[in-house]
Order: sequence, then C-alpha cells, then structure tokens
Amino acid sequence: MRILLDKFSKSFGNTKVIEAMDLEVGSGEMLALLGPSGCGKSTTLFAICGIHRPTSGRILFGERDVTSLPSQERNVGVVFQSYALYPHMTVEENIGFPLTVRRLPAGDIKKRVADISALVHIDKLLGRRPAQLSGGQQQRVALARALIRRPDVLLLDEPLANLDAKLRLEMRSEIRRLQKETGITAILVTHDQVEAMSMCDRIAIMKEGEIVQIATPSEMYNDPRTAFVAGFLGNPPISFLKGKALGGAFVSGDGNFRLPLGSLRNVGDGRALTIGIRPEHFGPSGDLAIEGKVAFAETQGRENLYDVVLADGSVLRSIQPVRDDVKLGDCVRWNLSSEAAFVFAEDGRRL
Amino acid sequence: MADKTETSVNFSSVPVMLLLTLVSLPLVLMYAYLFIDTITNSEAGSLIPNELTLEHWRFLWETRPGKASIWLVTLNTFIFAGGITAVILIVSSMAGYVLSRLNVPARGLLLAGVMVLHAFPSVTLIISIFIVLQYVGLYNSLIGVILVKAAIDMPLGIWLMKGFYDTVPWEIEMAGLVDGASRFTVWRRLVLPQIKPAIMALGLFSFLTGWSEFILPQVLAPGSQVQVLSVYLASLIADDNNFDFATFKAVGVFYVVPVLILYVFFQKHLMNIYGGGTKG
Ligand SMILES: Nc1ncnc2c1ncn2[C@@H]1O[C@H](COP(=O)(O)OP(=O)(O)OP(=O)(O)O)[C@@H](O)[C@H]1O
Ligand SMILES: [Mg+2]
Repeated sequence: MRILLDKFSKSFGNTKVIEAMDLEVGSGEMLALLGPSGCGKSTTLFAICGIHRPTSGRILFGERDVTSLPSQERNVGVVFQSYALYPHMTVEENIGFPLTVRRLPAGDIKKRVADISALVHIDKLLGRRPAQLSGGQQQRVALARALIRRPDVLLLDEPLANLDAKLRLEMRSEIRRLQKETGITAILVTHDQVEAMSMCDRIAIMKEGEIVQIATPSEMYNDPRTAFVAGFLGNPPISFLKGKALGGAFVSGDGNFRLPLGSLRNVGDGRALTIGIRPEHFGPSGDLAIEGKVAFAETQGRENLYDVVLADGSVLRSIQPVRDDVKLGDCVRWNLSSEAAFVFAEDGRRL
Repeated sequence: MADKTETSVNFSSVPVMLLLTLVSLPLVLMYAYLFIDTITNSEAGSLIPNELTLEHWRFLWETRPGKASIWLVTLNTFIFAGGITAVILIVSSMAGYVLSRLNVPARGLLLAGVMVLHAFPSVTLIISIFIVLQYVGLYNSLIGVILVKAAIDMPLGIWLMKGFYDTVPWEIEMAGLVDGASRFTVWRRLVLPQIKPAIMALGLFSFLTGWSEFILPQVLAPGSQVQVLSVYLASLIADDNNFDFATFKAVGVFYVVPVLILYVFFQKHLMNIYGGGTKG
C-alpha cells in the first residue's frame, strides 16, 4: 500500500522538528530514511504509525486519509529500536498479542504464530520469555509480532542497531527477504548508510527535518544533489577541497592546482566553490596529477586507505588495491579523475 | 540473600549473632511470656507457671454478655483490612498510571497536593469526618470507615504507584497501541504486569495498616456489630468490672497471629516497596 506524506509538519511545543515534508513510498517498496541523529527520523515514523499526531499536513495510506486515525485502526507493524517486547509474556504470547486483542479464536492464533515464527526461524523458542533470548532472536520476535497481522505498512526503527556485525549482515538480508516475500510497503529508519544502500529500493536522506534527496542507492551515490548527501554516503567518505572558479576551471585555495571542468564554463570568475572527490577517484590512474604527503595509511585487508595532505593543508582520501611501496610520510604524486569530481556551490548545492 | 552466605566465608558471624541474641533477649522473653501467660496460671509474684490451662482462650468459644462474638469481630477486621486494600489498590494503580503517563493539567500541583494530604495526621480530621459520616448515614458502618481509612492512606499509594509506572518503558505502550490494543487493554495487559511486585507490596502494606488501625474504627464504627479486633481489644481494658489480664493477652496473641503469618510468607514482597525496581 502506498504511503503519502503531504506537507507533514510536527512540532513539540515550540521546537519545530519537521516542516512541510512531502514523501511518497510506492506500494511494495522499501524506503530507507537516512540521516544524522536528531534529524526527525523517528518522529516521522511515529507519525506514520499514529503515535504522534501531525501538527499539520496529511498522511495517506493508499487513497485513505489516516491523519486523524488512532494507531489501532491503521494496521501498521512497527519494530522498535529497543524491540519493546512484552517482558511478562512468552515469545508465543508476544507474537500472538496483536491477534489476541482482535479476539481471534485461540486455534487460529496458534496456527498463525507457528507459521510466522517458522518464517523468521524462531519456532523452537516459542516457550521462552524475552529475557531468555539473544538480541538477534529478540529482534526476530519483534519482526514476527509486527508481521503477524499482515500489516499494510511495516516500519522499522533502527532494528539492527543493537546487533553484532555478523548478525547484522544476516538480519539485513533476512528482513529484505521477508519484505519481498510479503510484498509489504516498508520504511527503514537508520543512520547506517551501508544498511540503507544494501536493503532498500530507494533512500531518503534527511537533514534537520527536511528531506534533502530521494533516489535509488546508486543514483544517490553517483549523483548527489548537495555536499551533505555526498558526504553522507560512501565509506570511506568523500573528501572536499575548497577553492574558486577561474576561467572555467576550479582553482584551489592557494592556486597550486587547476582543475578544468566543463560544468564550470558558465560560472563567473572568483565564485567560491567546493569540489568533492571520492576516494576511489584519487589514485595511480586519472587525468590530473596532484602532489602531497601521506599522512595516514591503513590496510583493510583487500584495500589500503591513505590520507594525502596537499600543499594548502587540505586532505584527499584514496582507496587502492593493497600495495606496500607507499609508507607514512612519503611524498606521492597521484591522479584525480576530473570527470568524477562533484562541484558544489558555497551553499552546498551541486552545480 | 546469596551474597550474605558468601560473606560468611571470610567473616565469622558468630560474635555478631551472640551480640544480637543478647540484645534482643529481653524482647524475646517478653513475647515468650506473652504467649506462656495465655495458656498457664502461676502463683502471684512467681515467674514459673504451675498449671496449664485453656481458660484464657475461652473467648474463642464463649461470647461474653454485652460483647460481640470474637469470630464476628475477626470477620469484620478481615473485611475492614481487605476492603481498604482493595480500594487503595484499585484507585492508586489507576491514578498512578494517569499521573505518570497521561497529559494531566497541573500535574505538579496535583502531586504536591496529594503529598500534603499525606502529611495530615488523621486525628486532626476525625471530628469533621465524624460529622460527614453521620450526615451521609455511613456512621457506624464498615463501608464508611473503610472509605475514610483508604482515603487517608491513598496518597502514599498513588505516589508509590506513579514511581513504579515511571520505570516502565514507553515503548511497551507504543507497541501495544500499534498492535491494536485500546489504552485500557494496554494498561491492564501490558503495563500492570510490569509493576506486579509493587502491587503485591502495596497490597500487603495496606492490609497490615488496616489490620492495626485503631483510632478510626474506634471513633467512627464503635458498634458491637461492626467492631474490629483492635477496638475489641481496647474494650477489654476499658471494662473495669471484670478485668482479666490473661484474656487480654490471649486476645492480643490472637490479634497478631495473622500479621505474623503474612510477614513470614510475604516478607520478600514487602521488601519490594523500598526496592523501587521492576524485578521479581
Ligand atoms: N517528545 C518530544 N518533545 C520534544 N522534542 C522532541 C520529542 N521527541 C523528539 N524531539 C526532538 O525532535 C528531534 C528529532 O527527534 P527524533 O527522535 O525524530 O530523531 P531521530 O532522527 O530519530 O534521531 P536518532 O537517530 O538519534 O534516533 C530531536 O531534536 C528531538 O530532541
Ligand atoms: Mg530515532
């Protein structure tokens, strides 16, 4: 079912958290809400499931306006960041609770709990209490409880934040599999960009209560609309150089290097600019040589990571296949791929 | 409990035990004699009893003229203490929730007001309560005195419950609402079970204070049909004509036995009232 936020705003007292947000999630789509802490991701989620009432604006499920509908009538499944399992109930009672409050016959509940728990691989744990489960198992119980009444919408608030790296990887694909199998429209809140990129059809990047850009993961990575988006996606992160426009080229702050860029043809001389260069676009291959000194070197097994300090003190990151000829403190002359550089105006907008 | 036995590995408890025994000996002796005196007779001035007897316990099967039957009085006391417990539990478990979770206008003022009520000694109110009860026709009835006693003890219960509700995570309630439960179901099925230890503790506490309450029933429900044990006991001393010290003691023992039983069985729960967590 499609979700539509129409000019949705939310404030708590005098603090405006979200202002006039428009967001559409297509039916059966999984969307990631990505953004730094405190930007309003959870607030958005809580408004969609009916815990917070919007200050203004509308929320639509399909064609139905649910803005003033209480949580109970929205049929939304939510997995909370802390799982919020009911400590005094067994796993079976936890999962069955949404059906119990709908007064379904006990036999039906039992059968559906068995089905759903097999789906998330916790069918052997039904008799336990939440305190007797590991974090990953608790998370799956929470997922099963959210899915059992076949919700129209599934909301996940940082569901993987408490898991270890390996389990996180497993659960990522498991959640995606379940979402695809059931065809539910889902929103995943996270501040882990890898999670967002690997699990979701589209990503919405938020900043201070606004959606900066919505796009597919690869679009977002290759075509960021602002410096904030470019800086948020990618690991190791993009590096920025400050400078200005001069005769259709970018010139670094101290004038040491010129980067001719087609996109700068119509930009007036002297305008302050920032360019962003991803670490994979700075290395042995490329079309513009830059000299600098290696200030940081780290191996990640398959790849090496270097920080190169340029003459004006700015830093470029580089990621390359493992090599052992470059050491800390060495002077290197590596190349930029000029067409892969992003140019941003002073206010952060991409040119 | 576990860590107490552990400390004894490198710390001998014998001297402490000895000291404690010595210090509490007079108390123990007092209690022992309280009990011994009720089942024996001794020569005047002697500490050693010279005959066993059940005559002091006669009140159990003989109702004295002009007095209520002990069993009726005991039943009254149970109704009194149980009624207080029920009223306090029901009201403060709901009021505590509302104060902790819902948007109450002037919550701070309300909580402070409730606390001030608690600070009032009930004796200062007794005359006005007496008049009110007479006016509404609840004077000399168990219901009247139950309501009064419960109302006076309520502030503590409300505060206590609010404190316990504050420790229950919000997410549980949000999850319940999203799962389709009404606010009342969320409270009863999800939140209330989290504070069960507090309910147990408050219930016991209320029962015990109700059991030992004297001044309110004495003033507001003195009639022999609605008498409670504490009032009955007092009436024994007040009776100058046939004053019987040993019977007085026997009734006293009879009066404390239920309390002792409760303490023995529920001591752990009672401790919870000071623990403040959702353990257990
Ligand atoms: N009940 C509330 N009252 C007042 N302010 C609130 C309330 N809830 C959230 N806020 C504020 O709204 C802003 C957004 O909060 P929100 O919980 O949506 O952030 P978030 O994006 O989920 O962050 P995180 O990644 O840390 O979970 C924060 O600045 C927060 O302080
Ligand atoms: Mg959050």
